Amino acid sequence: MKLAYWMYAGPAHIGTLRIATSFRDIHAIMHAPLGDDYFNVMRSMLERKRDFTPVTASVVDRHVLARGSQEKVIHNIHRKDKEESPSLIILTPTCTSSILQEDLQNFVNRAAQDCNADVILADVNHYRVNEMQAADKTLEQIIKFYLQKAKKNNLLDIEKTDLASVNIIGPCNLSFHHQHDLAELRRLLQDLNIRVNQIIPEGASVDNIKNLPKAWFNIIPYREVGRASAEFLLQEFNMPYTTISPIGVVETSKFIRQLEQILNQLGHVCDFTKYIEVQTRFVSQSAWFSRSIDCQNLAGKTAVVFGDATHAAALTKILVKEMGVEVLIAGTYCKGEEEWFEQEVGSYAKQLLFTDDHHLVGDLIAKLEPSAIFGTQMERHIGKRLNIPCGVISAPVHIQNFPLSYRPFLGYEGSNQIADLIYNSFTLGMEDHLLELFGGHDTKDVISNTLSSHESIAWDNNANDELKKIPGFVRGKVKRNIEKFAKTKGLNTITMEVMYAAKEEQSGNY
Amino acid sequence: MSIQSTEINKPLSFECETGNYHTFCPISCVSWLYQKIEDSFFLVIGTKTCGYFLQNALGVMIFAEPRYAMAELEEADISAHLNDYAELKRLCQVIQKDRNPSVIFWIGTCTTEIIKMDLEGIAPKLEAELGIPIIVARANGLDYAFTQGEDTVLAALAQSCHSRVEKLKSQSSTNSDSRLILFGSIPDPIVKELTIELEEYGVKIGGWLPGKRYTELPQLADGDFVCGIHPYLSRTATTLMRRRKCRLIGAPFPIGPDGTKAWIEKICSVLNLSSVGLTEKEAKVWKSLKPLTDKLKDKSVFFMGDNLLEISLARFLIRCGMIVYEIGIPYLDKRYQAAELALLEKTCLEQGQFIPMIVEKPDNYNQIDRIKDLQPDLVITGMANANPLEARGLRTKWSVEFTFAHVHGFKNAHNILELISRPLRYLPKLEDMNQLEYATN
Repeated sequence: MKLAYWMYAGPAHIGTLRIATSFRDIHAIMHAPLGDDYFNVMRSMLERKRDFTPVTASVVDRHVLARGSQEKVIHNIHRKDKEESPSLIILTPTCTSSILQEDLQNFVNRAAQDCNADVILADVNHYRVNEMQAADKTLEQIIKFYLQKAKKNNLLDIEKTDLASVNIIGPCNLSFHHQHDLAELRRLLQDLNIRVNQIIPEGASVDNIKNLPKAWFNIIPYREVGRASAEFLLQEFNMPYTTISPIGVVETSKFIRQLEQILNQLGHVCDFTKYIEVQTRFVSQSAWFSRSIDCQNLAGKTAVVFGDATHAAALTKILVKEMGVEVLIAGTYCKGEEEWFEQEVGSYAKQLLFTDDHHLVGDLIAKLEPSAIFGTQMERHIGKRLNIPCGVISAPVHIQNFPLSYRPFLGYEGSNQIADLIYNSFTLGMEDHLLELFGGHDTKDVISNTLSSHESIAWDNNANDELKKIPGFVRGKVKRNIEKFAKTKGLNTITMEVMYAAKEEQSGNY
Repeated sequence: MSIQSTEINKPLSFECETGNYHTFCPISCVSWLYQKIEDSFFLVIGTKTCGYFLQNALGVMIFAEPRYAMAELEEADISAHLNDYAELKRLCQVIQKDRNPSVIFWIGTCTTEIIKMDLEGIAPKLEAELGIPIIVARANGLDYAFTQGEDTVLAALAQSCHSRVEKLKSQSSTNSDSRLILFGSIPDPIVKELTIELEEYGVKIGGWLPGKRYTELPQLADGDFVCGIHPYLSRTATTLMRRRKCRLIGAPFPIGPDGTKAWIEKICSVLNLSSVGLTEKEAKVWKSLKPLTDKLKDKSVFFMGDNLLEISLARFLIRCGMIVYEIGIPYLDKRYQAAELALLEKTCLEQGQFIPMIVEKPDNYNQIDRIKDLQPDLVITGMANANPLEARGLRTKWSVEFTFAHVHGFKNAHNILELISRPLRYLPKLEDMNQLEYATN
């Protein structure tokens, strides 16, 4: 037993459901007790989906406990087959069903006999894999199933498209900014004159799977989901796949170089040098931002990065290589990615951290006191408690991380977004610090109702000069605080002495 | 829009569907119970699935160092490679050291049921060893829905209340010595409000189950009167009657001014107290609600059902002049809710409304079919269905809000109506866009 308050990665069935519900025509049936269909709430609330989530439960209750599911699961599969006519029904085991040890495969076999839909059992073990591993596995399982089926029926089309084309594999429901990333990726590929053959699973039909081998190669934007499928397609159809996530200017150009290299190997001669140069210099603002004096302010600032492997590694590289920020800790909660992570960012971060214990992450942040944190919602809350600004860069996330506006993390526009995120986190931190130094955010007891004070208090020259040294964005607040102090003391002129006395009194409050 | 008189006289009718509906897992009760019982700690003994639900359903609460945690079962626990007793002891010692609570609640889940972990057996032993009370409640999704979680916890608490030793114990005097204990967890401000309401009619309250602190649990004696304030506390009521020999006052629940009046009236009548002036008081509340009820009149409502408050809310809304098409409800204890059901029937008759169908263990798929046919003005439903229904041009209210909002007593009736009115009042003004449906399939 483990005492736990919070977890970074969810249980296995969530991963399976994220994949299933990303397809257009899959219905998932969970073998689970009442209340375990919480996934439907998350999809409906976080993603603001307009359609009903195609997930139902075959409810495990007392009767099932006593006598087994018997015909119940089969009946539910048949029922959904008729009601929703999906192409595929995935029976999804949960923690409950994995200890009941019913022969779910048998139910699937029997139900499949007179169903229009295909029926499969998601091959995930609750106690062995987490959400992301399960998503990766389920996607591979579905792809395998349909490619084998097509092969059996002689429907497999392995002839490559005339023009260079790719599959994008991995983006699925409840991923971090994946809709925007997909749009950005499509735009990038269009610029490079590369066709998108299939996107799997987001918005796809299982019928599309048989066309996967037509693409020249595969793009895996995120490390966590899609690699197993890409590996399978490499083994089976000799399809190469990308290994670089195009997050940040440097990585995006490396990614484009990788595309170029794969295309050249496949006999399609191309050179994207010019494109990378134009994009980097003129389309993306972040390379210029790195040179600008704004960014010089960030030099030597410290940060802690924590999240899923893809985003934490990418952010670490951006912070160190593109912004000159010192990363004290780079860490991930993704099990099994330790070796890759170390290889990627081992030389950039002072220290690496592999854990899924948020207390440990919190304690380290408290000890190191970085100027900013880049992490998940948990790190954001740790930051709140410690008064350290935090940019959210990775799941698990809240509804505010499903923005309506265009917020990709990938590609050139993504690099602009990330630069804003980073810069805003640090300035906010500075502002906060200055406010604290000069009297805090407290506006509860204003000295007058109007913003422009009529009976003005005079500032002598020295004090006025001193006031001008205070950064513009907090100057007004500081001025009001000092005037308030002067009023309570019955003073009409503010001198340097009054200023210092005001500051002293206010800092005494902390 | 009233329905033909032949249908109006139809008696209450009950249906039972497949039980394939969306609701919260009953372990969610820890979220409000840990806040109510200030010196408690709730340990949910379950898997990652339970933890994931709590973490996501309770959102920000999780970041505020709550007094609850998961005892997350690992593979070695399931296969009995680890000893439950030793494991629980280890975790409870940590909790004791870090938080020093006055009581630890163990919340049993589906997994502890299936692997038959003997929580009730282990608890007394550990209690003695660690010197802290341990209360076991089986709030699992195999047996219960959402708010019924509180019922299992309060039923367990009822058993651990100390017995009150009567000073003068003569058989004839039990009546005068017996006290009134109210059961059901509500926020302290509402406790105060309801207490004042009752005291006005001379009712003395001998205690609340649960109180603010575990150490302030009411003492119970044979013959004490008990009365519930939530419609979902049937196990607690049963326990108080059978195990503690208390006498249950079966009343409608104090939800809405009509419910509150009937609740006080019933308590007064059982305790032989006069409730003069109550009718006027109720009328005054209705008058203050008029701006809200005027706008709700003749609007139709469909309860999909997920928190057991549905009968009381429907009854109140019918009294407000609304039309209720269907009352979905996870579980209906016809004995515990008898007075509430009678009031519902009476309300329908007086309002000239047909009596809505009560659907126990509803089937969400069938319900959505019926909703598409009926096109009610408002669907009260869980968050899994709310956005998809809105996309189809229906207006929805999340049912969960009724569980967390202050809804009891005269003073809070307007809260319920505010919740109901909000989606009806703020219809998006998108006429120019000539399209009010957004569904994609």
